[in-house]
Amino acid sequence: MLRCEAPVFRPRTLDEAFAMRAAMPDATVLAGGTDVMVYLEGGVLKPTRIIDLWGCPGMRELRFTTGGQVYGAGLTCTDVLRAMHSHPLLRDAAATVGATQIQNRATLGGNICNSSPAGDTLPVWLALRAEFELGCVRGFRRVPASGFWRGYKKIDMQPDELLVAIRVPALAGHMHFRKVGTRMAQSISKVVFAGRYSVGKEACLAFGAVGPTPMRCTAAEAALVSGASINEVVSLVEQEVLPIDDIRSTALYRRKVAGRIVRRWLDNLPRA
Amino acid sequence: MIVRFNCNGRSVQVDTPPMARLLDVLREDLRLVGSKEGCGEGECGACTVRVDGEPVMSCLVPVAQIEGCRVQTIEGLGNPIVHAVQTAMLATGGAQCGICTPGICMSAAALLDVDPHPTPDAVRVALAGNLCRCTGYQKVIDAVCGALAEREA
Repeated sequence: MLRCEAPVFRPRTLDEAFAMRAAMPDATVLAGGTDVMVYLEGGVLKPTRIIDLWGCPGMRELRFTTGGQVYGAGLTCTDVLRAMHSHPLLRDAAATVGATQIQNRATLGGNICNSSPAGDTLPVWLALRAEFELGCVRGFRRVPASGFWRGYKKIDMQPDELLVAIRVPALAGHMHFRKVGTRMAQSISKVVFAGRYSVGKEACLAFGAVGPTPMRCTAAEAALVSGASINEVVSLVEQEVLPIDDIRSTALYRRKVAGRIVRRWLDNLPRA
Repeated sequence: MIVRFNCNGRSVQVDTPPMARLLDVLREDLRLVGSKEGCGEGECGACTVRVDGEPVMSCLVPVAQIEGCRVQTIEGLGNPIVHAVQTAMLATGGAQCGICTPGICMSAAALLDVDPHPTPDAVRVALAGNLCRCTGYQKVIDAVCGALAEREA
């Protein structure tokens, strides 16, 4: 039986949500609850009050602009899987989050702001050069995914800000998502990868669960673009990742698997 | 706070802390003890119920988010007529100790609503969030695959 007497505030508009956040910077922000409820049950989170964004209008839409897609932060993984035109790389990630019951509640914004280094969708945002749209009573600003996760569970977000949407530009290239966990569903990643590669032009090799934040292997990316061999790229990936030993895996295993994921992907790409 | 929702076709209202788990409200306030608590952290699926038709882990849903929603538990699934998946679970021996069974039936019923004749792979995906330590899953999968076939035969 969960004992949490914290009051819950449920904004009915985005502006009301910003006003609440400005008035209550100490509040815990709740969306689908799939992380917050676990923290409450485990006693690691003792909120004084809660702002509940579940059902807040305007946050659960997928919109299309001339430059790409805009995902509402309140979209669930199931929403992504059901939407006709959601990005294939994001669909692959959404399908690996928990299982159906979790996907029905877990939100994109929750995954991003919870900022677990193992968050399954996080490397996707890096690979897609996404921008996070943060809003507050003072206005809006955009932060590139590449600069959002500053350290272990540290994010570039002010106490009065809320994540409203994720902007994804239209990009071409080969793409690949791979999650390695103990089991196909309901497992937390040992290693998670999202990659994008336009031959000879641009590469993004993004990993989760191999460092304190989701991260890119920039030296390996540069080598790949400049035509280095797969062996060289893989070797750089293995050097660049920063894994640790923990309850889910070992640093050595993660380092090897990170390289292996990239090797298998590149091995199977059509030669340019 | 007072939370009003529809539970198994009946309007209910409960006076509860807003962050109370839906699971506890169902079991303690409404005395619907068919939904089980296994892990209490969204891993095992024993507490699966449907909210507006979608299966969710009721241990991870604060009741404040249920205001105005339609909740179905195993008690509602089997009433007034036992659901085909429940009959099939009995017929195949898909239930043993029974702790996971209500959750499995709720996830399976949600699948069968959109896919009346699922492949074994589709069942495995739909039930990936429902852990069972007794059956080895095969009889459960047989039950769900054949649940509606039986009825039509």
